[in-house]
Amino acid sequence: MTAGAIAANFNTARPTVSKHLQILTECELLQQQQNGREIYYHINAQKMKQVADFIEPFRAMWEDRFNKLETVMKNYKIT
Amino acid sequence: MEQKTKIKAKDGRQELVITREFDLPLELLFKAYVEPDIVEQWMGTKVIKLENKKHGSWQFQTTDARGNVVFEAHGTIHEFVPNQKITRTFEMENAPFGAQLEFLEFEPLTDHTSKLQMHIVYRSVALRDQMLQLPFAKGLNMAHTRLQDVVSKLN
Repeated sequence: MTAGAIAANFNTARPTVSKHLQILTECELLQQQQNGREIYYHINAQKMKQVADFIEPFRAMWEDRFNKLETVMKNYKIT
Repeated sequence: MEQKTKIKAKDGRQELVITREFDLPLELLFKAYVEPDIVEQWMGTKVIKLENKKHGSWQFQTTDARGNVVFEAHGTIHEFVPNQKITRTFEMENAPFGAQLEFLEFEPLTDHTSKLQMHIVYRSVALRDQMLQLPFAKGLNMAHTRLQDVVSKLN
């Protein structure tokens, strides 16, 4: 997508969107592709997965714990 | 499917927020944090001490089948408001992480559902990131141990 097409999806000023795109590109979460005068942005799924993977085991640990809590508590009634 | 447990860990901040919506009325969710025998069931650890009051303290311990202590943690309770909030510290024994501060807030959503928000503050950004990586490191260690077991059987 072009920066303009991306910006059209948000209620923020165009320069703000450009700034976000710039940072995401620096972080390698987005990749730029020059096509004539236009720059197209692509999502870098591999990099995005790395970021998600960093926190996932921690999240999964709590999810397990809370699932267990929920299961255990379904055996109780409010007294 | 949307994930029930969400973690917010902003880059460069020494804190994180865990939120979870439960298919339980608020009173039952809170009870799970109060009754030692219930805490033992879902945390999978032994509750040595759990004084749910201001200036109270708590201590958990997990031992393996041979009685070796594999996990030990303790802390103090700073604030305890039934069905609303618990403010406490948490520190693991024999670990280089030091104490962390935890703000637990409980709120009702409907008569049958409730929400817990855990706001955890660490001493530094680096410590928070290490804690985030802990389950990953643990999983990796377990994988290594399994690998070692398999390889040693081959010899």
